[in-house]
Amino acid sequence: MDTTAQLDPTTEQPLAAAPRLTLAGISKSFPGVRALHDVSLSLYPGQVTALIGENGAGKSTLVKIMTGIYQPDTGTISIDGQAVTLPSAHAAFGHGITAIHQETVLFDDLTVAENIFLGHAPRSRFGTIDWRTMRKNAREVLDTMGAGHIDADARLRDLGIANKHLVAVARAMSIDAQIVIMDEPTAALSLKEIEELFLLVEFLKSEGKAILFISHKFDEIYRIADRYTVFRDGEMVGEGLIRDAGQSQIVRMMVGRAVDHIFPQRKAEIGAPVLAVSGLSHPTEFDDIGFELHRGEILGFYGLVGAGRSEVMQAISGITRTSSGTITLEGKSIMPKSAADSIDAGIVYVPEERGKQGVVIGLPIFQNISLPSLKRTSKSGVLQLAEEFALARAYTERLDLRAASLSQDVGTLSGGNQQKIVIAKWLATAPKVIILDEPTKGIDIGSKAAVHGFMAELVAQGLSVIMVSSELPEILGMSDRVVVMREGRIASIYDNKGLDAETLVKTAAGIAA
Amino acid sequence: MTDTPAPRHIPDRLDTPLNSAIYSWEALLVAVAVAIFAVNSFASPYFLDAWSLSDLTFNFTEKALIALAMALLIISGEIDLSVAAIIALASTMMGMAVQAGAGTPVLVAIGILVGLGCGAFNGLLVTRLGLPSIVVTIGTMSLFRGIAFIVLGDQAYKGHPSSFAFFGQGYVWWVVSFELTLFLVAAVIYWFLLHRTSFGRRVFAIGNNPVAAQFSGVRVGRIKFILFCLTGLMAGIASVLITSRLGSTRPSIAQGYELEVITMVVLGGVSILGGAGSIVGVVLAAFIMGLVTFGLGLLNVPGIVMSIFIGLLLIIVIALPIVWRRVRRERFT
Repeated sequence: MDTTAQLDPTTEQPLAAAPRLTLAGISKSFPGVRALHDVSLSLYPGQVTALIGENGAGKSTLVKIMTGIYQPDTGTISIDGQAVTLPSAHAAFGHGITAIHQETVLFDDLTVAENIFLGHAPRSRFGTIDWRTMRKNAREVLDTMGAGHIDADARLRDLGIANKHLVAVARAMSIDAQIVIMDEPTAALSLKEIEELFLLVEFLKSEGKAILFISHKFDEIYRIADRYTVFRDGEMVGEGLIRDAGQSQIVRMMVGRAVDHIFPQRKAEIGAPVLAVSGLSHPTEFDDIGFELHRGEILGFYGLVGAGRSEVMQAISGITRTSSGTITLEGKSIMPKSAADSIDAGIVYVPEERGKQGVVIGLPIFQNISLPSLKRTSKSGVLQLAEEFALARAYTERLDLRAASLSQDVGTLSGGNQQKIVIAKWLATAPKVIILDEPTKGIDIGSKAAVHGFMAELVAQGLSVIMVSSELPEILGMSDRVVVMREGRIASIYDNKGLDAETLVKTAAGIAA
Repeated sequence: MTDTPAPRHIPDRLDTPLNSAIYSWEALLVAVAVAIFAVNSFASPYFLDAWSLSDLTFNFTEKALIALAMALLIISGEIDLSVAAIIALASTMMGMAVQAGAGTPVLVAIGILVGLGCGAFNGLLVTRLGLPSIVVTIGTMSLFRGIAFIVLGDQAYKGHPSSFAFFGQGYVWWVVSFELTLFLVAAVIYWFLLHRTSFGRRVFAIGNNPVAAQFSGVRVGRIKFILFCLTGLMAGIASVLITSRLGSTRPSIAQGYELEVITMVVLGGVSILGGAGSIVGVVLAAFIMGLVTFGLGLLNVPGIVMSIFIGLLLIIVIALPIVWRRVRRERFT
C-alpha cells in the first residue's frame, strides 16, 4: 500500500513511515477448514491498525500466528524489513511482539511486579531475584504509563479487569515491546474504563509502538484507529486509512460475500404464538426483554458477543434466575426454577459451550442422548436399556451421526458429530420450543448443512425454534424474523423480508441506520 | 471423518459383554483375591477353616457398608471424610440413651437417625453453601468427634441390653454373621441403585460433567444431598454394628476408618476424580482388604505395620487404575 509519507491534517505529523511488522501471503489451514488464505497485514510505528471482521473471519488465527502459537502454512513475516520466523510464543516475545487479550492471561496469584517482570526479573549478584529493584522498576513503568494508582505489591487477583489490562501493558513496556496486539480489550470493560484504556493507547502511540486493535465496536475503531484491515472468511478484503472510509463502506466489506452455502428451502406454516416473553429482566445481564415465538417459526437472535442473548435464553430455560418478567407457554404462565422444570414444560436449551455444557464426555453416546429424557426411558426409576438404545438410534440416524457404535464415548467423536449428539439429546425430549445457541459454531461445513437441514425439518413438523447466532449468513438464511440485541436490551425486531446484513450489523453496533 | 452414505445403521455396541468383562478392573480384582487367598492358605494352617473365614469378614463388613454409599458419593465428584466421626457421635448418643435406660429398638433408631442427621448436615453445607466437600467434612470430622469427646471425656459407656449384642455378634445361619448378611443385602441394593436406576445414571453424569448434567435437567444439588444422607445413614448403621460388637463406646471408636473406607472404594476401581466406578469392584475390594489384614494378623504382623501396609495400598491403588485405563485405552481405540 502507500508507504510514502502522508501528512495528518490534525497534527501535521508524517502518518506513515516504513511498516514495523509486515505479514505477506499468509495462509493457514486446519483439517477441513481453511482459516486464512493469502492474507497480508502491515503495522506501522506510532499507529493503530484496526482488524475488522465477523466471528470466524480468521482474526484469532492471525493473532496466534503473530504470537508464535500457530505456524503459517505459507507466507512471510518481517520486522523492520528483516524476515523472521516465530516458532514459539517465546520467540515472538523475544521479537518484541506482545498481546493483550480479552481476558488477560496473567497470573492471578502473583503480585503486579512479579507479573510485569516474570521471565526477565532483575537479578542480584548471587543470581537470586532482586526484589527491591523489581518493585522499583515496576513502579517506574506504571508511573510512566499514568497508572501510578496500581500498587506494585498487590496481588493481581485483587485488581479489576481494567487494571489487569494496565498490568499487561506495563509488561509489554518492560520488555520494550514494539508491537502490541489488543484482542477485544474493551469487551469486559465499563465506559469509564474504556476511556482510560484509550488514554493508554494514545500513550503507546506516542511511544512509537505499532498497535493492532481488534474490536467489533465501530465507535471505538473510529475513535482510536489510524488504519483498518478487513477480513472476511479468511481473506483480506480491504485496507486503508480509517479517515478515508465510511462506516457503511467497511460494513459492506465485512458482510458482502458470495453465497457459499445454500440454505434449505422450507415451507413451514407459521401458526399461533407458542411462547410469549414479556418484561424479562436480570439485575446485571439484560433488561425488559419481550418477544413472541410462533408455531413453525425460526426466530433469529443477532447481536455482538456480550449483548446478553445467551443469558436471556438461559433464563427462559430455567438455568439462571430473573428478577422480573413473565414467560407464557401455550397460554400458561411458567416460571422455570431449573432446567428440569423447563424440560418438563417443553422448552429446551441447546447450549453454546458444547464441551462444557452440552455433552458429558466419559459417558457413551446413548447415555448422553437419554440423559434429559430419563423420566420417559425408565420405568419407576429403573433403566430400560432397550428403550434408551431405541431413542438414541432414532435421533442419531435422523441427524446422520457418524459413529462406530452407540456405546462409544462421545469424547472420541469430532466436533460436528458431538454437536449432533447435543442437538439429538434435547430433541429427544420431544420439546415444543427448542433454543439453539450458536448451533454451528466451530463445526465443519458438512455438519453445518446437516444442522440447517434438520432445523427446517423441525419447524415443518410444527416445532418452534429460537436460533442465537453471530453468523450473518446463518441468521439471514434461516430466520423468519430477527431480534437484534444490544447491551442487554432488544434493539429491534425485523421481518426477514428483504432484510440485509448491513442493517443488522448497524443495529447491533448501535450505528444509526 | 468418513464419508459413508447415509442413513447408516449404528450398532449398539462393538465389544461383546464377555470380552469387556475379561479386560475389566473387576476381573483383575478377582485374580488378586484368589492369589491372596492361596497365599494365606499356604502361609497359615489355621486359615482354611469355616470359622476362621467367618471371623475374617468382621474385618471389613462395617467399613464396607459405608464404602457402598461412599462409592456413589465419590463417583458424583464429592467425598465424605467425616464418616468415622459420625460413627463415634452416633455411638456416643446410643451410649447416653443406654444410661437413660433405652431398649434395643430405641438404640438402633438413635444410631441410624444420628448418622442420617450428620449426613444431611454435611449435604446442606456442600449443596446450599456451595462449599467444597473435602473442606466441609474435614471440619465436621473434628466437630462430630469433638462432641463425642466432650460428652465422654476419658469415660466409656457400657451396659447395653443383651438383645443389642445380636447386630454385631449374632449369626443368621451357621457361620454366616448378621453383619455379613446385612452387607451382602446392602451391596445388592446399592448395585441396583447405581447401575440399574435413572438415579444412578444421573450420579455418573454429575461426576463426569456437573454443568452439562445441570443443563440436561439433572437436579445436581438434590442428588448430591441425597448421597451425603445415604453416606451418613450407612455410617449410622455401621455405628450400631460396631457398638453392638464391642459392647461399649469410647470417643476414639473407629478412629481412622475413613481412610480404610476410601481405600476400599478406590481399590474397587472408583475414580477418585469422579465419574467412573462399580459396586462389584467395591465389594471385591472389601473382601481383598479383609483377606489381607486377616492374613497379616494370622502371621502375627503388628498393627502399626498393618497401617503402613494400608497407606502403601492406598497409594498403589490410586496409581494403578490410572495406568490400567491408559493400557485399556491404547488397546481399544
